[in-house]
Amino acid sequence: MGVEGIGARVQRKEDKRFITGKGRYTDDFKMAGMGHAHFVRSPHAHAKVRSIDTSAAEAMPGVIAVLNGTQLVADKVGNLICGWMIHSKDGTPMRMGAWRAMEPEQVRFVGQAVAVVIAETKNQARDAAEAVVVDYDELPVVVTTADALAAGAPQLHPEAPGNLIYDWHIGDEAATAAAFGKAANVVEMDIFNNRLVPNPMEPRAALASWDESEDHYTLYTTSQNPHVARLVLSAFYNIAPEHKLRVIAPDVGGGFGSKIYIYPEEMVCLWASKRIGRPVKWNCDRTEAFLTDAHGRDHVSKARMAFDADHKLLGLQVSTVANIGAYMSLFSSCVPTYLYATLLSGQYNIPAIYAEVKAVYTNTVPVDAYRGAGRPEATYLLERMMETSARQLGISPAELRRRNFITQFPHQTPVIMCYDNGNYGAHLDAAEAAADVAGFPARKAEAARRGKLRGLGYSCYIEACGIAPSAAVGSLGAGVGLWESAEVRVNPVGTIEILTGSHSHGQGHETTFAQLVSERLGVGVDQVQIVHGDTDKVQFGMGTYGSRSGAVGMSALLKALEKVESKARKIAAHLMEAAEGDIVIENGELKVAGTDKKLPFANVALAAYTAHNLPAGMEPGLKEGAFYDPQNFTFPSGTYIAEVEIDPATGKTEVVNFTAVDDFGRIINPMIVEGQVHGGIAQGIGQALIEGTSYSDNGQLLTASYMDYGMPRADDVPSFGIHHTTTLCLTNPLGMKGCGEAGAIGSPPAVINAITDAIGASIEMPATPQRVWAAINGGMRAAAE
Amino acid sequence: MYATTYHRPASLAEASALLANADEAKILAGGMTLLPTMKNRLAAPSDLVDVGRLAELAGVSLAGDTLTIGAATKHYEVAGSATVKGAIPALAKLAGGIGDPQVRHMGTIGGSISNNDPAADYPAGLVGLGATVTTSKRTLAAEDFFAGLFSTVLDAGEIVTKVSFPVPAKAAYAKFPNPASRYAMAGVMVVKARDGSVRVAVTGAGGNGVFRWHAAEAALAASFSAAALDGLSVDAGDLMSDIHGSSEYRANLVKVMTQRAVAAAG
Repeated sequence: MGVEGIGARVQRKEDKRFITGKGRYTDDFKMAGMGHAHFVRSPHAHAKVRSIDTSAAEAMPGVIAVLNGTQLVADKVGNLICGWMIHSKDGTPMRMGAWRAMEPEQVRFVGQAVAVVIAETKNQARDAAEAVVVDYDELPVVVTTADALAAGAPQLHPEAPGNLIYDWHIGDEAATAAAFGKAANVVEMDIFNNRLVPNPMEPRAALASWDESEDHYTLYTTSQNPHVARLVLSAFYNIAPEHKLRVIAPDVGGGFGSKIYIYPEEMVCLWASKRIGRPVKWNCDRTEAFLTDAHGRDHVSKARMAFDADHKLLGLQVSTVANIGAYMSLFSSCVPTYLYATLLSGQYNIPAIYAEVKAVYTNTVPVDAYRGAGRPEATYLLERMMETSARQLGISPAELRRRNFITQFPHQTPVIMCYDNGNYGAHLDAAEAAADVAGFPARKAEAARRGKLRGLGYSCYIEACGIAPSAAVGSLGAGVGLWESAEVRVNPVGTIEILTGSHSHGQGHETTFAQLVSERLGVGVDQVQIVHGDTDKVQFGMGTYGSRSGAVGMSALLKALEKVESKARKIAAHLMEAAEGDIVIENGELKVAGTDKKLPFANVALAAYTAHNLPAGMEPGLKEGAFYDPQNFTFPSGTYIAEVEIDPATGKTEVVNFTAVDDFGRIINPMIVEGQVHGGIAQGIGQALIEGTSYSDNGQLLTASYMDYGMPRADDVPSFGIHHTTTLCLTNPLGMKGCGEAGAIGSPPAVINAITDAIGASIEMPATPQRVWAAINGGMRAAAE
Repeated sequence: MYATTYHRPASLAEASALLANADEAKILAGGMTLLPTMKNRLAAPSDLVDVGRLAELAGVSLAGDTLTIGAATKHYEVAGSATVKGAIPALAKLAGGIGDPQVRHMGTIGGSISNNDPAADYPAGLVGLGATVTTSKRTLAAEDFFAGLFSTVLDAGEIVTKVSFPVPAKAAYAKFPNPASRYAMAGVMVVKARDGSVRVAVTGAGGNGVFRWHAAEAALAASFSAAALDGLSVDAGDLMSDIHGSSEYRANLVKVMTQRAVAAAG
């Protein structure tokens, strides 16, 4: 309805302030008397802390306080928590080592905080931090996933013998073994998923203050979920009671998951603000971001696929070791389990699946959810397997997939998920047409004449979004429910404020949420204000991650709007002396169907607030709230086709064409959805080609700046072909599935499949020029021998 | 960044005096390396002497067969200069490929060569073209100016004022960038001088900074064609090795980039 409703390419309301430099980020807020924090960090990956001498630092100019873990423990500040309990195969709970916000006894990764200096200026804090003397006793270090479980490996936590956090499994082991027993063909692969650094444009920041008169705290911070931050800071970290703590996440410059968590630095600022009686500001610099923002991925897997003589899938066996880093971050436990292995059925009818996952500690930065969170790892494994299987079986990659697509819905997979709806053949067909697959042989031949190797790669991804049905995730170990809330406040003049528990840090909610209001009430989006990110303004909400804000957050908004509409219809019916059932809302007016009687929405709003003439017994006002708990996950899916051209002399890969056909269900704003897909694919191409951490044997992060960590730039990616096919989600009222992570989930295997097609050899991510060159030359040598 | 004292002298003489009288002064031009280094507290000069706006260090001119570029000339000025493009287009192309637009609008030729980053482009440009470097004290051949990784023969307080290039018969620069930093992993300037001699200078790959590939020069002097290099290879043992590229990979890149530069030079 209307030019600004569902489906309209409305320009983003928030962009004017962003592109004119008027956004208000945490660092833009200042408070009188504010001190600046700088953290003293471990230069060692593993060491005993023998002593911390702060006396010289305390005597430095401008220093207000120097604090460390001893005081933190004395003040009974809680250890960092992991919010999802995973049980091992044998029924025992995961083995979690203690993580203190500042470590007084034993550091376990380079960059871990051991003390903080708070001073009048940032530079003074940094000067004094250099004067804090920490005496370390270095310990042996373990860095890689493979080494963590080796006999005699250095041990990180006494709670986790052998560095093993859990040994978990899912699926039917016996049925899967039986499926392999009757297989005509079995394909096996080792799959490595590289560790990534999230790199949001705005680094983390905190500004904490304590008001002595009311014993009340305020924390401005870079959070994707301020209510969750408040809950954790109060209920678990014991820093401030929930009703005495306001958390504000103002404009936030990207998160990609890394700003879900409540990190040590934000905790310490809040705790210190009361301890020193002054506000405390902390800004993460880019080096600290590399060293302390939760990393993503880092899986090592072995996978086997069983096919019958008709190339139909019979079974899948997966064994994965997930590197969790030195500590268990907030949702680290669920990423390699319930967000990963439950998607291993992909778009395929696989009768039997069995997956085992071991999570291990290493002396590296903690790992947690990063755009896609488990689902990219599942998709990469599955889609590398499918493409490789097709080549080994001598069947086209598209045909192998078509032959195995799920076509009947609902479909119960062997790994918990029940897909409600989809049409996988439709997006594969559309993608093949859009990518001109038929013309590929000619393009490959033309490239060969120029001395270049062309390759084509597919990826048919599925993901579980709209996270998540609370009872279901509770039964799987989640410590929270994953519903969402909304409140609709109609002002007396008819303008509207929407208070949402979702948080926008790049997603454009101020526009899309307003478009839903415009769709329902027929008012312009400029009449709608979206309020989010402030626990004093907004009712409890669960925040934004897992592509949930449309499917869950907007469903809550729709429920609240329906309540407002219902009351408005009652008032309009009363004022126009019509039956409530005859009132329709169109173009900002309430009309009596079949007549020319109508009232502007603003008049109805005013009537609600003057309360001079309301139906008998009706309360004044026009404000309604709702909580929405999803019935199921949503299942966006799609087909991505990458076409690459490789220079064999240098190993340089150019992604020359990239076609994405996504089924996101109902789309509110196609322009914003395209932007989400663009960003996701850029990150996925980054992972496939140049991104990835490198640690030295002694645990130093070698890729701790943009000099060595390959962030994709505009000229690393092509102009994308973005298309959609649509089947509606059947389990939420708007039919939305979510689009925030698809690009990052679907694209890496498409790119790697294209490269392996071009060079005829296997390769790991990131497929840097050196690696591709070595693979080509290794392949040439092998052929010559 | 540690506290420092910033100076903007009005003349080369004043700059030299400031440098002579300060404890640990650093010369600042574009600041594209020095300032990030200071921000990371890896350098702590007591004073910064900004020579970036000195008239004595400005300007691009062509006199006879010699192209002269003032030390404070920014990369984007070199890249866009009609004079440079007319005389030595390969040098304009090299400058236009340094860093990113922000770096090119701040960084200077004098600053770049004084820093002598082993993966910077200009050292290959200067050595390949047989340039002459003039400082506040002396004039010397580019090959004698560079002295290993991040090192030159500049004395304390000595300021590069200009660089002069003989106009060649033909030249081309080809580089393969590091996928993360975009610095050269192998950048090769191939030059055929008007007397027929050939120079091949390589940056980004050498274990001790910019170097000349003499075997390639001899082969190209005999036959200026990419095929003339087919049988040659660089000794990987002399090259850098890091997480982005082994010395063997760099040796391959040096050859490939040299051949491409020869082809581009025509």
